[in-house]
Amino acid sequence: MDAIKTWLGRSGLASIAILAVLLLVVFPLAMDTFRLNLVGKYLTYGFVAIGLVMLWGYGGVLSLGQGVFFGLGGYAMAMFLKLEASDPESTKIQSTPGIPDFMDWNQLTELPLWWEPFNSFGFTLFAVVAVPVLLAFIISYAMFKRRVGGVYFAIITQAVALILTVLIIGQQGYTGGVNGMTDLKTLMGWDIRTDEAKTLLYFLTAALLLGAILLCRWIQLSKLGTLLLAMRDKEDRVRFSGYDVSMFKVFAFCLAAALSAIGGAMFTLQVGFMSPSFVGIVPSIEMVIFAAVGGRMSLVGAVYGALLVNFGKTYFSETFPDLWLFLMAALFIGVVMAFPNGLAGLYESHVKPWLARRKQAPAPGGTGGEPPSASAAPAAPTVPHTTTSAAVPTAGIGAKVSSQSA
Amino acid sequence: MSDKHLPSSSRRTFMLGAAALPLALAISRMGHAAALPTAQVNTTGLAVTDTEVVVGQLHSATGTMAISETGSIQAEQLAIDQINAMGGILGRKIRVIKEDGASDWPTFAEKSRKLLVNDKVATVFGCWTSASRKAVLPIFEKENGLLYYPTFYEGLEQSKNVIYTGQEATQQILYGLDWAKKEKGAQKVFLVGSDYIWPRTSMKIARKHIENFQGGKVVGEEYYPLGNTNFNSLINKIKIAKPDCIFAAVVGGSNVAFYKQLKAAGITGAKQFLLTLSVTEDEMLGIGGENFEGFYSSMKYFQSLDNENNKAFVEAFKKAYGPKSVIGDVTQAAYLGPWLWKAAVEKAGSFDVDKVVAASPGIELPTAPEGYVKIHENHHLYSKARIAQGQADGTFKVVAESPELIVPDPFPKGYQ
Repeated sequence: MDAIKTWLGRSGLASIAILAVLLLVVFPLAMDTFRLNLVGKYLTYGFVAIGLVMLWGYGGVLSLGQGVFFGLGGYAMAMFLKLEASDPESTKIQSTPGIPDFMDWNQLTELPLWWEPFNSFGFTLFAVVAVPVLLAFIISYAMFKRRVGGVYFAIITQAVALILTVLIIGQQGYTGGVNGMTDLKTLMGWDIRTDEAKTLLYFLTAALLLGAILLCRWIQLSKLGTLLLAMRDKEDRVRFSGYDVSMFKVFAFCLAAALSAIGGAMFTLQVGFMSPSFVGIVPSIEMVIFAAVGGRMSLVGAVYGALLVNFGKTYFSETFPDLWLFLMAALFIGVVMAFPNGLAGLYESHVKPWLARRKQAPAPGGTGGEPPSASAAPAAPTVPHTTTSAAVPTAGIGAKVSSQSA
Repeated sequence: MSDKHLPSSSRRTFMLGAAALPLALAISRMGHAAALPTAQVNTTGLAVTDTEVVVGQLHSATGTMAISETGSIQAEQLAIDQINAMGGILGRKIRVIKEDGASDWPTFAEKSRKLLVNDKVATVFGCWTSASRKAVLPIFEKENGLLYYPTFYEGLEQSKNVIYTGQEATQQILYGLDWAKKEKGAQKVFLVGSDYIWPRTSMKIARKHIENFQGGKVVGEEYYPLGNTNFNSLINKIKIAKPDCIFAAVVGGSNVAFYKQLKAAGITGAKQFLLTLSVTEDEMLGIGGENFEGFYSSMKYFQSLDNENNKAFVEAFKKAYGPKSVIGDVTQAAYLGPWLWKAAVEKAGSFDVDKVVAASPGIELPTAPEGYVKIHENHHLYSKARIAQGQADGTFKVVAESPELIVPDPFPKGYQ
């Protein structure tokens, strides 16, 4: 009971409630189906972003390969939808009716054995989470048990992203290659392309995302969350205290992978296709940027980050088709220079004190677990200091996080 | 040549030199078209007013594909400008909404939805890679949009909502192989391509044609990942196999490395016969004429084609985009899009997608730079195939042309 009381007392819950109102009431009322569907798509990146908050912000492990898990989740869902769309009736023009079109183009004459289970929706839902988590476990167990960490781990995740892209593109008879899996139509007979379906899927995505945020918040406030923070700041001390550091990191990595995968599956449902362009290095780094813009210590902030960056992308590219890449770059650089803790940091350092001054009242909050604002401890996380050039913006953020809040 | 197709009723004041501009057939309806009220030509809520019709253009202006797609963007814009200068379509000027697909397939999907759902465009000219077309296709079918797709591609597709102005695979391959056998005595053929759907499908068709119809032999078939730049092992295999003909469909950046390394290994146009499906004037800029000299390319259009339509087109293009600009096969196919749409709209007397689609089969364009083209029932174009030899200065010399228009056959029997 005590734990629940502390938990409710956190200011975190208020910001989650605001986000819920925004996602479930304001957006649906203010936007037409087309825009709402776009927001739904952005929210699927929100899953990746909150996974990164847990992994990078709390666990101190930077992964530049979250696209792998996003992609695997998305592909698992796409395989199910593709099989459903490839019934013998609608594929009778092919040499082998009843198999996905890209298999037919690549001279496959029967469905590969490992595709068979994806005829079952139950198995697909299981695979959406299980396959990415299994891969995440293998990678992270192998790395963290050998105490490979920091920049080396980030590079390895990049390599995995590259490997998976090459594999998917190379095995086009089984995966659809560069084109990906397209023309997905129905989910168990339910047409996912209609406006009603898109609206429903939006609410489903938003609800799942809020659920995921609550789960992560709960983890943050538990002893596990405290341990993750402690590990990030002084890994050796935690190890000397008798904890198996590597397994906590493995947990954080698997959690982030599972969240990304759910995002990927929801993405496939809303967008209607999956392609290797979500798996590679560039989208993976972009996903880190979502978290960085939003604030890597704040779950809610990360969702706003994903929304803002993608809104920016859509708005700039529609309004200034020739200039939009420069404007996006300006947005990234601007946020990193002006608000090194991201949007959430901006809130914590400016809005909150201002509110507090107005109220003339002490900020609520108990003792015990660290609230996100005060959590960035003096010792900087090791990762951002030494990341590769690809992650330079994030490195800047990381370095400044510690110096500012110290 | 186009003079005889000018509309008899001279409703419009033609600009100087307009006779050289391509003009569609479907003349009979053109004269009184301007009188048509908007309510009549637009019954499905498209963005059409009394003076204006809005169309979309969806290519990659940024990203890796920008270098290839820029030519298409320019050609479509040129055609639209020319149509507007002639008075537009059904008395309405064309306004273009440009969207950037950014070489990213999901972005293509998002933008196509935006164009169709939000902007209600009457048609879209766009896409270049098959992947981007596959990404937008379900959206065009769902929203009942209309897409003019310019690139030569693998076939195996036919949609009510797409007009394919490039060649499907058989139109590009079969004539080239027949010519290679007849003129160059090609019996032993080595197939090489980048590893994705278009080269794979093309080589499948080529192999079936060589083995089943020509009695020749395929002595090697190799694929390399997109972006691969190391062809040493391939060159060794070619040296061992000693083919009469290298049949190539290597694309993008790999192309440059491929031809440079062939030359470095002593495999030059003087010693080895090579026929490719993937080198146009655009690629030639990157490869360099000296590396491609003497090799052959199979396309439906080359900038050096000697006919009146093409001369006018090349002149207009260079005037608009500078004397150094080059026109490749796809650029010309993209140029056809707005003209074919204009002809179909005028034949239908309406901008409604269903009516334009219904009017499209049988539309003829005698003034196309590539020569006469016509839309088949299956939404592809009848067109000729041409073989040209690369010259040291980076131009192409046309050496052969199919005597007849080749019927498009996106689902070729016997080649599946």
